[in-house]
Amino acid sequence: MDTQLTLDQIAPGARAEITAVDWDALAPEEAKRLRALGLDEGARVAVAHRGIFFGSDPMAIILGRTTIAIRRAHARAMQVKHP
Amino acid sequence: MSRVPVIALVGNPNAGKSALFNALTGARQKIANYPGVTVERKAGRAALPSGQPIELVDLPGSYSLDAASPDEEVTSQVVMGRFRGEAMPEVLVVVVDAANLEQHLVFAQELIALGRPVVVALNMVDLAERDGLVLDPAALSTALGVPVVPTVAVRKRGLDALLAEIEKAPQQDSSLRHEVAELSLPERRLNAHNMAAGAILSETVAYRWHSRLDKVLLNPWAGPVILLALLFVMFQAVFAWADPFIGLIEGMIETMIGFVEATVPAGILQDFLTQGVLSGVGSVIVFLPQIIILFAFILAMEQSGYMARAAFLMDRLMAYVGLSGRSFIPLLSSFACAIPGIMATRAISDPKDRLTTILIAPLMTCSARLPVYAVIIGAFIPARSVGPGIGLQGLVLFGLYLFGIVGAMLVALVLRRTVTKGAASGFIMEMPRYQVPPLRDLLIGLWQRAFIFLRRAGTIIFMATVILWVLLSFPKADPGESQVEASIAGHIADGLNVVMEPIGFNHEISLALIPAMAAREVAVSALATTYAIDGDEDEQAAGLTERLAANWSLPTALAFLAWFVFAPQCLSTIAVARRETNGWKWPVVMLAYLFGLAYVFAGITYWGAVALGL
Repeated sequence: MDTQLTLDQIAPGARAEITAVDWDALAPEEAKRLRALGLDEGARVAVAHRGIFFGSDPMAIILGRTTIAIRRAHARAMQVKHP
Repeated sequence: MSRVPVIALVGNPNAGKSALFNALTGARQKIANYPGVTVERKAGRAALPSGQPIELVDLPGSYSLDAASPDEEVTSQVVMGRFRGEAMPEVLVVVVDAANLEQHLVFAQELIALGRPVVVALNMVDLAERDGLVLDPAALSTALGVPVVPTVAVRKRGLDALLAEIEKAPQQDSSLRHEVAELSLPERRLNAHNMAAGAILSETVAYRWHSRLDKVLLNPWAGPVILLALLFVMFQAVFAWADPFIGLIEGMIETMIGFVEATVPAGILQDFLTQGVLSGVGSVIVFLPQIIILFAFILAMEQSGYMARAAFLMDRLMAYVGLSGRSFIPLLSSFACAIPGIMATRAISDPKDRLTTILIAPLMTCSARLPVYAVIIGAFIPARSVGPGIGLQGLVLFGLYLFGIVGAMLVALVLRRTVTKGAASGFIMEMPRYQVPPLRDLLIGLWQRAFIFLRRAGTIIFMATVILWVLLSFPKADPGESQVEASIAGHIADGLNVVMEPIGFNHEISLALIPAMAAREVAVSALATTYAIDGDEDEQAAGLTERLAANWSLPTALAFLAWFVFAPQCLSTIAVARRETNGWKWPVVMLAYLFGLAYVFAGITYWGAVALGL
């Protein structure tokens, strides 16, 4: 079990399942928005694109039929496992 | 007589709500603000099959009734009938994207649970089909317990059926609905998943061209190059494509001047009509083609879904100055006009982020500056080619835009470390699927923008031009004396000139800056008016650009351009900033720093150019 694996470590093209989210690490409004978009425990996602320039920020995450852009900081709060 | 029932369109962002609204109401729309907040209220009339007129309201896109931004707050308050001064909607039309049911049915369930009459518009079924989805609206209707009507807003498909269901909705049997009031978000999401699965008859993995498009447009190397190229083409087009139309409008104005000169007896009235009204307002109307081209590009980028990709590409860059990709859209809109740009900042949830974006929005080169730039560039920059398809004039224009952008970024950096200091903001944004911009929505958007511009030309600009003409024409100069110098405006400009002369501005510029406070583009009509009155007949016959080229030195012209990159010469922008920030503090900060920068940079430009011997 790689418990420390977080979404920001997932390479473009790879899939992951969100196992836990550290909501306290995020601003309340942002946590609400991420939840409303479905980026929550149990969500199966794929990383589609990483941003340009340094830090590969932001990230485009595919969830079902939507693509959602988030910052690396958000992805870092999401623990994932390989599906 | 009973009042017209209000029907609200409500749904997730990117559900195609606005396209449906446009299809139902046509161009008969009223755009205003909700009282007390700065969220846009879009309303329009439509008629039910029985002939009963209804008022359709397009509510801001939301993910949940538990609001995470000011727009979502409005949606939530209105649908629950708690918004003061806003009638509770008789029927809620819940718009869902047929290709994204899993996501959109979550909010739909929340809305249905309110117990109000509801009709679900299963929108964009054509795009779902394109993606290989075949849906069963009847199954979805049974699962939700409310009528479901498949629609394709762009092709006006399903609109009659939708209106018929709206008519029947107040008599709905709510016992068909399942008790969904007390569900948690994960439970709703599970329900949405199951309902979506139940409504999908077949799903073939169709050619996912939008993900292929993303691979190119969001590519770390190709993406930014394409974005930059697109912006460059946009600015070249503004100059090149507009030319024939500008010539057409100029011809029309000249014909009208000729007509007035032939019919109205020579004297004060003829002068007023030809020199005041026609050449003044005419010199602004002439820029309508350029403004329409600029807006066409921005609207097409928005409606095609590319704008969100641009925001994604720009996010990291914006993060360097303490902003996010979300600020990119308001800032790009500000290239058309800072007013919709500043209003679009309400989509930014972080207050510090939003304030910073409002403060720098006027630095984006708005379309009102375009007339000023166009005249000066036309007069002083030779129209020669510096490469295949690249004109020097277009290049200078591009440079001015770039100058504004770089200035804005530096100001943002300073602001984020001083007055708007705070935690770094985030960037969370749903990327809509690509689609060909529907021509009808594009045209409605363009018409609304053109109308706003013409209304400004007909009101503020007309008034400013007329007042300026009066100030310039009286008192009459003695023989041998210059009319401009002798006039009231001449005396006001004398005072202003003391301050402006050190940065290379001449008397006419000082004069033009006064009415240009109303709106930037008035500077052009003000200059046209001053030179039309002061010149002899030969000069009057020549165009304004030729007159400027003859009267101004190059350093003065460049300083004038530098001034307009920064100067907050627009009362409407200041008024909007006051409304959006709820007070005078920030508009005053904005005025002070922008005038300060304008003065300093115009000075640097003038003396730099003089030192270079230009």
